Amino acid sequence: MAQVDRQQWDVVVVGAGGAGLRAAIEARERGARTAVICKSLFGKAHTVMAEGGIAASMGNVNSADNWQVHFRDTMRGGKFLNQWRMAELHAKEAPDRVWELETWGALFDRTPDGKISQRNFGGHEYPRLAHVGDRTGLELIRTLQQKIVQLQQQDFKESGDHEARLKIFQECTVTRVLKDGDKVAGVFCYERESGRFFVLEAPAVVLATGGIGKSFKTTSNSWEYTGDGHALALLAGAPLLNMEFIQFHPTGMVWPPSVKGILVTESVRGDGGVLRNSEGKRFMFDYVPSVFKEKYAETEEEGDRWYEDQEHNRRPPELLPRDEVARAINSEVKAGRGSPHGGVFLDVSSRLPAEVIKRKLPSMYHQFKELADVDITAEPMEVGPTCHYVMGGIAVDSDTAATVGVPGLFAAGEVAGGMHGSNRLGGNSLSDLLVFGRRAGWHAAEHAAAHAATADRPAVDQAQVDAAAAEALAPFHAEDGAENPYTLHQELQQSMNDLVGIIRREGEMQQALGRLRALRVRAARAGVEGHRQFNPGWHLALDLRNMLLVSECVAKAALERTESRGGHTREDCPSMEREWRPVNLVCHPVDPVPADPAADRIRLVRRRTEPIRPDLLALFEKEELVKYLAEEELYE
Amino acid sequence: MTATGTGYDARFRIWRGDAEGGELRDFTVEVHEGEVVLDIVHRLQATQAADLAVRWNCKAGKCGSCSAEINGRPRLMCMTRMSTFSREETITITPLRAFPVVRDLVTDVSFNYTKAREVPAFVPPQGLAPGEYRMQQVDVDRSQEFRKCIECFLCQDTCHVVRDHEENKAAFAGPRFLMRVAELDMHPLDAAESEGLDRKRTAQEEHGLGYCNITKCCTEVCPEGIKITDNALIPLKERAVDRKYDPLVWLGSKISRRRD
Ligand SMILES: Cc1cc2nc3c(=O)[nH]c(=O)nc-3n(C[C@H](O)[C@H](O)[C@H](O)COP(=O)(O)OP(=O)(O)OC[C@H]3O[C@@H](n4cnc5c(N)ncnc54)[C@H](O)[C@@H]3O)c2cc1C
Ligand code: SF4
Ligand code: SF4
Ligand code: FES
Repeated sequence: MAQVDRQQWDVVVVGAGGAGLRAAIEARERGARTAVICKSLFGKAHTVMAEGGIAASMGNVNSADNWQVHFRDTMRGGKFLNQWRMAELHAKEAPDRVWELETWGALFDRTPDGKISQRNFGGHEYPRLAHVGDRTGLELIRTLQQKIVQLQQQDFKESGDHEARLKIFQECTVTRVLKDGDKVAGVFCYERESGRFFVLEAPAVVLATGGIGKSFKTTSNSWEYTGDGHALALLAGAPLLNMEFIQFHPTGMVWPPSVKGILVTESVRGDGGVLRNSEGKRFMFDYVPSVFKEKYAETEEEGDRWYEDQEHNRRPPELLPRDEVARAINSEVKAGRGSPHGGVFLDVSSRLPAEVIKRKLPSMYHQFKELADVDITAEPMEVGPTCHYVMGGIAVDSDTAATVGVPGLFAAGEVAGGMHGSNRLGGNSLSDLLVFGRRAGWHAAEHAAAHAATADRPAVDQAQVDAAAAEALAPFHAEDGAENPYTLHQELQQSMNDLVGIIRREGEMQQALGRLRALRVRAARAGVEGHRQFNPGWHLALDLRNMLLVSECVAKAALERTESRGGHTREDCPSMEREWRPVNLVCHPVDPVPADPAADRIRLVRRRTEPIRPDLLALFEKEELVKYLAEEELYE
Repeated sequence: MTATGTGYDARFRIWRGDAEGGELRDFTVEVHEGEVVLDIVHRLQATQAADLAVRWNCKAGKCGSCSAEINGRPRLMCMTRMSTFSREETITITPLRAFPVVRDLVTDVSFNYTKAREVPAFVPPQGLAPGEYRMQQVDVDRSQEFRKCIECFLCQDTCHVVRDHEENKAAFAGPRFLMRVAELDMHPLDAAESEGLDRKRTAQEEHGLGYCNITKCCTEVCPEGIKITDNALIPLKERAVDRKYDPLVWLGSKISRRRD
């Protein structure tokens, strides 16, 4: 029996990115004693990397903007598969969430009349992204971090203890959500520094662990993105939604190899940058899909005029939603019109004066100078698609962020599904984190309060703790012929990249499922050397379980959906099918968990989406709805 | 051993050990075109030392996790290109010296989090609702420069006030957090004064600004290129001096007041 430290909290938030921190602030302000647990140091979560901005229809730059326009753009971007109630709440609440940041000390770039400046981004009808140069994520994280410190200072004044009501457990990893019957009872964790195990008991747990990009070889995501929250939810019995939808950002670095995948922000295009192929042609004009035909410029001249005068011109097609641009680049490269290192050219040097580039895009300037010896004020960049964001995620209730079927378990941020449908618009993630982070914290605090009495508090039984400890220690007891976790990880990344990547085919996905099966068998024998103190090999061995589980979801759902929509492109089913519009693919865990590692872990279920509320449908023209909605939906 | 035409074998010396002690270990490892030091550390993990402890996250110079000392100089491993060294050179990587070692290249940076808590937070102005804040770009430029900080703590590591002087740590916030005081002080809407909080004075009296003798070593190592000394520390000193510390300034203000 493992001797494991236990602590009691009201709410435990797993993850200290934008969603987790916003949830923690809300829970603590509503009176819940709140613990935050995260894999990196406090203030270094993946959100820190976000560049372009936060989408919110404040209307500071174009006063015609409002929540209805934002809602429409979001639904179009997601090809109408969005959980519409989430898209509605998001569009309505985003401005308040941004303004609130200012009262916590955030300093956004300003308009001439002193308001928060807003920039253009793909798929957004008006300039909508609040930003700080191209380091908006840093500003967001730092502001939330400093707000948490402010709350801790307040608690210190009252109780002499900074951590009395809000504590960050940094560099700790959760490996299991613990339950009492069907209810959440806490989380099992290890401290990365010492390898020590501990349990945080709480009636409410918020998962805010971010994405899954580390299952792919070329990605803009960091090591944290091993799909932990997705897997923790599944293992606790909560299903995932629409995992086939993965956003490949059109512009990642392609050279040198060691930086392949690192993001080149969309602001480069929003601020005037253009895409060209090896023949010097602005090829995006050839790739405007019919659903968007009326909304985009047909000539370079019109596109260029749009930057100055948006009333009378249409936007350039470089600013189409990301899925369209990524596919276009992919086609150009395939057709032999790519750049020397297998991408296309993104040029801002011929479009803006050097000083303006340096001021507006300082970290891009820095990044290319330092990592690729390229001066973006003088020459074009080479870019290509990179795995960036997962639209799929834990199925949640729109208003409360509660997961399905596991009382006390909540999810917010990239780990939650639904909000973005089949494709996310740039800038809509940071606003999503704030809107639904807050809602998750709020409802988790309420749930905790309702279960505060000792008799109602779910209890953690020792058997679960022992099982979690044994699972975590397994890699130290691997028999002879142990598998190297790094090798397994590399093979997984290669398989997902090649077989379930940006363009998908039935046969390849079948093959991927076969490879995943083989990798699961080998991962059961993953072994590590050394001890438990800060041992990255061990950490990776544990993360493999999560990546394999999530990859299985992605491959299964992608095989099932026989159409192309947003972040899911089937070469063998190239068009968007209206009959698929109202269909969600839901991944349930196979229960009980099969003992044989080769056996499938995921059961896929089709579920019909809730009909879109009539007043929201009324925001669109009939002719547009006809392009998206299934026959029977139009008559409902 | 090298796989491609552009690759070569490089020699590394990396500190391995923990709080109890440790030593530099020698490694020979393959290097490819365009790689950074962090790539090499990762290759070592994958091929020769699976349990080599290192902190990193973004691998793009944005999170400030991968700080270490490379040939004795505080740097981000993910932003240090191998091409800055000659192929013959042995590259030495050691953990940040100003902080206690946890294991290998990972140090205990909790000092910085303690200091962060000691700086009173932004005080929102009374009577301005969310959405009503108005600030001109020129007025936020300076504080925005300081908010570029990625908290890599390289400046904290290099500053001689604490680098080899554990005894100064209690009294000295370090350049990063003195800069935080300056940032709030220069924030156009910070209402600290309305609460009786004089940020300039606390910089001197509570955060140890007086220890800083403007050597600019912090500025030199800052990967964000923030002019910590010139733009944050010196103005803070001047303003602190303005107020009351420099007897001449104090006298001057008395005299001029009497005149008018
Ligand atoms: C390079 C880049 C640029 C981007 N730019 C933009 C942009 O301009 N605008 C926009 O809207 N979006 C942008 N995005 C997307 C956006 O940044 C992310 O979707 C968002 O930050 C995710 O936030 P989060 O709070 O969900 O998770 P994260 O910020 O990723 O935080 C996840 C947290 O969970 C913790 N965690 C994970 N697993 C565990 C575990 N097992 N135990 C304990 N803790 C765990 C991690 O340590 C971390 O603290 C960008 C993404 C990238 C990669
Ligand atoms: S300028 Fe001041 S803070 Fe910076 S390194 Fe020198 S003494 Fe330290
Ligand atoms: S001021 Fe510069 S060196 Fe210091 S912590 Fe911030 S980014 Fe790092
Ligand atoms: S890993 Fe983020 S700064 Fe180096």
